[in-house]
Amino acid sequence: MNTTLVPKTGKSLVLIALAAVLGLLLSACGGGAQPQATAPSPSAESSSAGGAITVLAAASLTEAFTQIGKDFEAKNPGTKVTFSFGSSATLATQIVQGAPADVFAAASPATMKTVTAAGAANTPKDFVSNTLEIAVPKGNPHKITGLKDFGDESRRIALCAPQVPCGAAAVKVFAVAKIVPKPDTLEQDVKATLQKVASDEVDAALVYKTDVIAAGDTVDGIQFPEAQQAINTYPIATLKNSKNPAVAQAFVDYVLSPEGQAVLAKAGFAQP
Amino acid sequence: MPSPDSEPTLSGARPATKRAAGARTTDPPPWQSRVPLLLAVPAAVALLFLVLPLVGLVIRAPWAEAGDVLTGAGALQALKLSLITATVSVIIVLLIGVPLAWLLARPNLRGAALLRALITIPLVLPPVVGGVALFTVLGRAGLLGRPLYRLTGFAFPFTPYAVILAQVFVALPFLVLSVEGALRASDRRYEEAAATLGARPVTVFRRVTLPLIGPGIAAGAVLAWARALGEFGATITFAGNFPGTTRTMPLEVYLALETDPGSALLLSVLLLGVSVAVLALLRERWVNRW
Repeated sequence: MNTTLVPKTGKSLVLIALAAVLGLLLSACGGGAQPQATAPSPSAESSSAGGAITVLAAASLTEAFTQIGKDFEAKNPGTKVTFSFGSSATLATQIVQGAPADVFAAASPATMKTVTAAGAANTPKDFVSNTLEIAVPKGNPHKITGLKDFGDESRRIALCAPQVPCGAAAVKVFAVAKIVPKPDTLEQDVKATLQKVASDEVDAALVYKTDVIAAGDTVDGIQFPEAQQAINTYPIATLKNSKNPAVAQAFVDYVLSPEGQAVLAKAGFAQP
Repeated sequence: MPSPDSEPTLSGARPATKRAAGARTTDPPPWQSRVPLLLAVPAAVALLFLVLPLVGLVIRAPWAEAGDVLTGAGALQALKLSLITATVSVIIVLLIGVPLAWLLARPNLRGAALLRALITIPLVLPPVVGGVALFTVLGRAGLLGRPLYRLTGFAFPFTPYAVILAQVFVALPFLVLSVEGALRASDRRYEEAAATLGARPVTVFRRVTLPLIGPGIAAGAVLAWARALGEFGATITFAGNFPGTTRTMPLEVYLALETDPGSALLLSVLLLGVSVAVLALLRERWVNRW
């Protein structure tokens, strides 16, 4: 019995080695999937072919910028605006690493500074501001009354990680309110935080006012006075390695124009 | 084809399976002396493709900061959580995966093709989508999660249990498919012989089948462990991201990328180093055993 097993298991050892290599490779792919989801579209490379530009913008700008992009294209025939939305910090890293893009709209001066400090962007301009709001599942089923509920250990709370702008703003708000928050999760970006509320997995979260509006029917917002102490300004800048600086500048100008500002105001953004 | 008489060492020991295929692995391998270029070149490309990114990580990592980053509370906490959850996940995967593979490998199983397609779902599903899918079933508002939460006040998301669930979900197919492959390749006649000698099915499985497919199970477990250790998308979606409870190494790396890409490189090297070390150690043991 033993001797008959030898040849078969010899082959299997090779299989084990192959399997181990394959497993590591596959798991590495799985790990990489998420950051790549926010990577800039490869279509940016064809920007010289016409008026195509790629705009990297903070996740909280998704709805407003998608609309502005459509309006801009309609007003400037022949132009094509491609967006890549994501965490401002991730986008900033991608730009510093040489991502082919033309405009960067960040959710905080700090993330924009990463890019300007690396010499990758022209002088930024503040174009809107945003305040935090408490987001609760539709109808507030867990009876959240205010910011003090965030210090209650028994509640399920989602916040943004302090490394990303919405998390940095939350830290500031809690410092002003003298509350020690007891979060259950520190999410990577504001949309991920909001998703936890929308699916009723948490009782409450701190997100931007604009996100509550964008979420529509799935969440309700609760304003709180301390939010005024952590108003977040959004800077926008054209990028140094833009292949189409004229269209990039035109897009930035359009965002700053009354038409662009009107779309942003409708989404809940305030003047900078 | 070599005649049986030219293989005196084998012909006596294995009269039943006296074939060229059986003799191949015991001969001094003739292919070791000259590897055909047609195979050597693509093999070298494959190896380079796998190894070069690792080399890049090691070269670019800011080793001057290594002491601070790698001994920092965040890194060690995340590494510990990763190793514990991945190991627990593999144990669960083994307990439920091997029986499933055995079922799949049964001859004349009805609907086997459909079943196999279902099992590969987590392989083709983007992990983030897997996380969302887990939410819909096991989240606090999920199909099973809601009654559980109503009854006990317990919900999986944001606990280490959710990390394990996410890992089991993505790692299970790797084990099932490799064990099924091993079962199909193994010689059913030993099981049949044991059964005709009066062994009950459970005894046949335990005493004959399991030892036969040991290496297949080991390979599947390694695959599953590696996949669980690298799990990112389903974890960050379903389990959340909190230091100590759900922030595994891949999540720690991703978050570090936000503010300090250098430390993200160091953390990646640490994760890779530990996993390669564990796999090498395990392999050593298998070589000795089989």
